[in-house]
Amino acid sequence: MAHFPKPAEGSWTEHYEGLGTGPVNYSDSYDREYWEKEQQAVFMKSWLNVGRVEQLGRKGSYFTREFPWWKRSVIIVKGTDGQIRAFHNVCRHRGNKLVWDDYPGEETCGTVRQFTCKYHAWRFNLDGTNSFVQQEQEFFDIDKDSLGLVPVHCDVWAGFIFINFDKQPAQTLQESMGDLDEGLGGYPFEEFTSTWSWRSNIRANWKLFIDAFAEFYHAPILHQRQSTAEEGAKLAAVGFEGLHYQLFSPHSMTSSWGGMAPPKDPAMVKPMENVLRSGLFGPWDKPGVVDELPPLVNPSGHKAWGVDSFVIFPNFMILVWEPQWYLTYTYWPESESSHVFEAKLYFVPPKTPLDRIRQEYAAAVFKEFAFQDANTLEATQTMIESEVVDTFVLNDQEVLCRAHHATVREHIRAWETDTPVNYPWNAALERDRKKGALAR
Amino acid sequence: MSSTLETTASGLPAEFADLEPFAAWILPTQGERYQRRITVPMDEMQAFYDVAFPRLPDIIEYVNQYELGDLPEPVQQLMYLTFGLIEASFPVEIWRQGRVPDSGAASIDCVVEPGI
Repeated sequence: MAHFPKPAEGSWTEHYEGLGTGPVNYSDSYDREYWEKEQQAVFMKSWLNVGRVEQLGRKGSYFTREFPWWKRSVIIVKGTDGQIRAFHNVCRHRGNKLVWDDYPGEETCGTVRQFTCKYHAWRFNLDGTNSFVQQEQEFFDIDKDSLGLVPVHCDVWAGFIFINFDKQPAQTLQESMGDLDEGLGGYPFEEFTSTWSWRSNIRANWKLFIDAFAEFYHAPILHQRQSTAEEGAKLAAVGFEGLHYQLFSPHSMTSSWGGMAPPKDPAMVKPMENVLRSGLFGPWDKPGVVDELPPLVNPSGHKAWGVDSFVIFPNFMILVWEPQWYLTYTYWPESESSHVFEAKLYFVPPKTPLDRIRQEYAAAVFKEFAFQDANTLEATQTMIESEVVDTFVLNDQEVLCRAHHATVREHIRAWETDTPVNYPWNAALERDRKKGALAR
Repeated sequence: MSSTLETTASGLPAEFADLEPFAAWILPTQGERYQRRITVPMDEMQAFYDVAFPRLPDIIEYVNQYELGDLPEPVQQLMYLTFGLIEASFPVEIWRQGRVPDSGAASIDCVVEPGI
């Protein structure tokens, strides 16, 4: 029997009629040709998160992002007018990479008045315009105005900086956020500026790690030993059920219980947690910066709510935690069987040394869990690649995994046939909207 | 204020001289702490934990007298040692080994972390 109510159709999966309940073929996670289509149909057409506005504090602040798997490097910079822009990191003279330190493949950041090429000192303003050509008189009919940096579409949503490599993006960033704009955009992300950033090269397809973070069915088992023995056994026996699942295709979210702090019984948690009053769900004592949750956070309004995981298509996740902090995951599709994983944790600025120690503990616990989550991926990748088994069964708590793979598939279909994206479960999305289910 | 603090050989506040044998855990970055954790023997981490964990309430009270961002050097050393204790606590409290079980060749690198 379900501990938490499910939709009238009997399951979350069947609520989204058209999504299906059958076994799922996972060749989309190792097939080279499919990976190449994903790059064209999905990544080259989507808004991709590259950072936060807090990374660009001053006018002239910039950072670069390297995407070697797409042969792309991008400069993201705050102009003298305060606007954030993105440019391909290519000097217009003879193609040298414009901004880099020591190693051209490594990302960098800093503050400048203008960008100067290392090679022949061509200069570019923060808005990309060409401001100086060395020995201009030596060139033939040169038109400096046409030799500015090549722009990349760039926009900001809720303080998150996104770029889009499409020549003419089909949607603005705000349009592409859809229901999440109103549903999540109001969270006070700007309050959380104490940041940890983790990076890992994972030998598995990018979608497999999204699968791992889009379901908590694994949590009581894979992470059992992170709890005290008694608590771990109890959690494993009960299993996991989400409070709520919602598709806002292409995006989706799951709402989960957990992290009740302080625990009813101190023996439920590790000794360090009791002394520090901190753990996986963050420091126990809330900073008090969230007055009212935006409508799509804790959509079931459950008092045991612990964390909401938003999958922002195609490769970005935001996790909003009940004790008032958030984290993001980004998955960069390096190849069909590997990806670059980035996790960033955001807490309020600590006021005291103890606050700082508590955040350190939460960040360190996060790493322990992330190691376990990452571990299983290489093992999964190699075995699905063996093709000994070609389809896999997904349960109702894995509805977001099913939906994410199906969403990518639909975007590829639409791109290949040059027709609009039309999710087979569109009718259910419309019904949800009419019922107001997308707003609490 | 920092000039008045008496310190141990490794620069910890003198009040925490009992932690001096574990000064090798005074490491300013998450990456260094994790590296240490997966290379030193379990009994060394256990010994560190057995002495340092009971002192944690004293450490908290001591460091909290100071302003974050303006910590005298010895207090910074004590903060880093505390971060080392956090790192060592996982093998001691749950894993009974240095590595996260089954983590094999996996690595997750901390590339940005706040100062103290």
